[in-house]
Amino acid sequence: MSHAFYVYSSYLVALAITAIAILWTWADGRARQRELAELEAAGVRRRSAAPRTSPVENPKEAASE
Amino acid sequence: MTALLLRDLKLSVRAGGGALIGILFFLTVVAVIPFGVGPDLNLLSRIGPAIIWIGALLAALLGLDRLFQADRDDGSLDLLLMQEHPLVLTVLIKCLAHWLANVLPLVIASPLLGLFMNMNEVSIGAVMLTLLVGSPALAFIGAVGAAVAVSLPRGGLLVSILVLPLTIPVLIFGVSASYAAVQEPAPFLPPFLILTAITMFFAVIGPLGAALALRNGGD
Amino acid sequence: MTESLAITKFSDLANPTRFLSLASRLLPWMGGATAIFFVVGLYLAFASEGDYQQGETVRIMYIHVPAAWLSMMCYSVMALSAIGTLVWRHPLADVSHKAAAPLGAAFTLIALITGSLWGKPMWGTWWVWDARLTSVFILFLMYLGIIALNRAMDDPSKAARVSAVLILIGFVNIPIIKFSVDWWNTLHQPASVIRMGGPTIDGEFLRPLLVMAIAYTLLFFTLHVMAIRSEIWRRRIATQRRVAARMASRES
Repeated sequence: MSHAFYVYSSYLVALAITAIAILWTWADGRARQRELAELEAAGVRRRSAAPRTSPVENPKEAASE
Repeated sequence: MTALLLRDLKLSVRAGGGALIGILFFLTVVAVIPFGVGPDLNLLSRIGPAIIWIGALLAALLGLDRLFQADRDDGSLDLLLMQEHPLVLTVLIKCLAHWLANVLPLVIASPLLGLFMNMNEVSIGAVMLTLLVGSPALAFIGAVGAAVAVSLPRGGLLVSILVLPLTIPVLIFGVSASYAAVQEPAPFLPPFLILTAITMFFAVIGPLGAALALRNGGD
Repeated sequence: MTESLAITKFSDLANPTRFLSLASRLLPWMGGATAIFFVVGLYLAFASEGDYQQGETVRIMYIHVPAAWLSMMCYSVMALSAIGTLVWRHPLADVSHKAAAPLGAAFTLIALITGSLWGKPMWGTWWVWDARLTSVFILFLMYLGIIALNRAMDDPSKAARVSAVLILIGFVNIPIIKFSVDWWNTLHQPASVIRMGGPTIDGEFLRPLLVMAIAYTLLFFTLHVMAIRSEIWRRRIATQRRVAARMASRES
């Protein structure tokens, strides 16, 4: 087989994996955004006004400060 | 600390032959190999040290997931965590107990398997010596995996997956030292000393990491 | 004073809300820069001449070598985040190393597959137990183990702390593994020393390689920020669902 075959197939593979990684990350972000919007529509809101420093679920972090 | 060591030893002996199952597994793995590669005695004696090392490696991983899980189930892990002794020391003792109860029998059983593999006396001795020196490292690395997966109900397979890549250095130097003992030009001491160094290194790193994981992974 | 100022700045970044707003401002720029660097890098890669020895296949180097670099850089980023998790209990660090692990695995996979495709015409075989390939393969296994551990645990903050320990142990181990694999390799293949690319790289090849390396690095950080963002969202969603469930049970 010619060398071009290997060159192009390796570029294709790299492209495919990169594309999968990008799409996955992007789709994941979109799905989470949609879920957040749904929750918001359902009336569940973050208590962002409340003095809670770390919204990430990590009570120890908040306690240690 | 001696009390802990004795308690762990007693428990694992009483628990219904953890060591026996380990030896049985070791025996079975090694016995299956000739059926795979053929009964050629020359070939078997050539690959024998490697087979025994790999078998011992796999068998040493067997009981690992119970190392901290048993303590977690009956609540004594919490007691160990609350003790005033440094946790690292406790973990070290537990590793030693695990090694004495589950891994040392493998080392003792290895000459027998060496005979099956048609290895000569020097080779059998070398494999036994390298296993004796190298297998504590397996227990120490395994402790990290066991501590990491302690809260998982079915962590056994995961522990093996996590631990095996980290044990590659031990395997490499263990096997090359046992080959070096038989094959003439290669010197025995350098790989053997490196193996010793790796074991000592992991004797520090392993309990440290396991203690850290236990502290952080507790409920 | 300056130190406390630095700490305030640092903890500013630690605030996930602030991180999210910063990320949404930065991401378009990072994505754009990544795209530009990739276009330029790919153009350079195909415009440059082939090596007289390796021929056209030298072009594989432009995607293979940066991916291999990235696979190691990603692990270093994860190790740093792991320290952040264990030492400072930094809420973002938890998220950071969890988000980086699949990306690292992806880049390592690229490095492995392109390396294999490069090896076939160069060495005549798809896989050689060469020291470098073997180390990268072990690295790949370690990435997969970390991902598996993260998936197996339900509680995200506990999973983060426990896998941080594993990442650090692995990080300490990588030099040992590298050293032992080198030793093992010289033991088993004393004569045929395989070199990739060769020790001296001509400027002709270096330029596209560097551009591609920058492009890959930018790509990694863009994806990393995106993954961190969706991980933060995921945790918020979980928290809010829990809050909603608690409120519902209180009402009924």
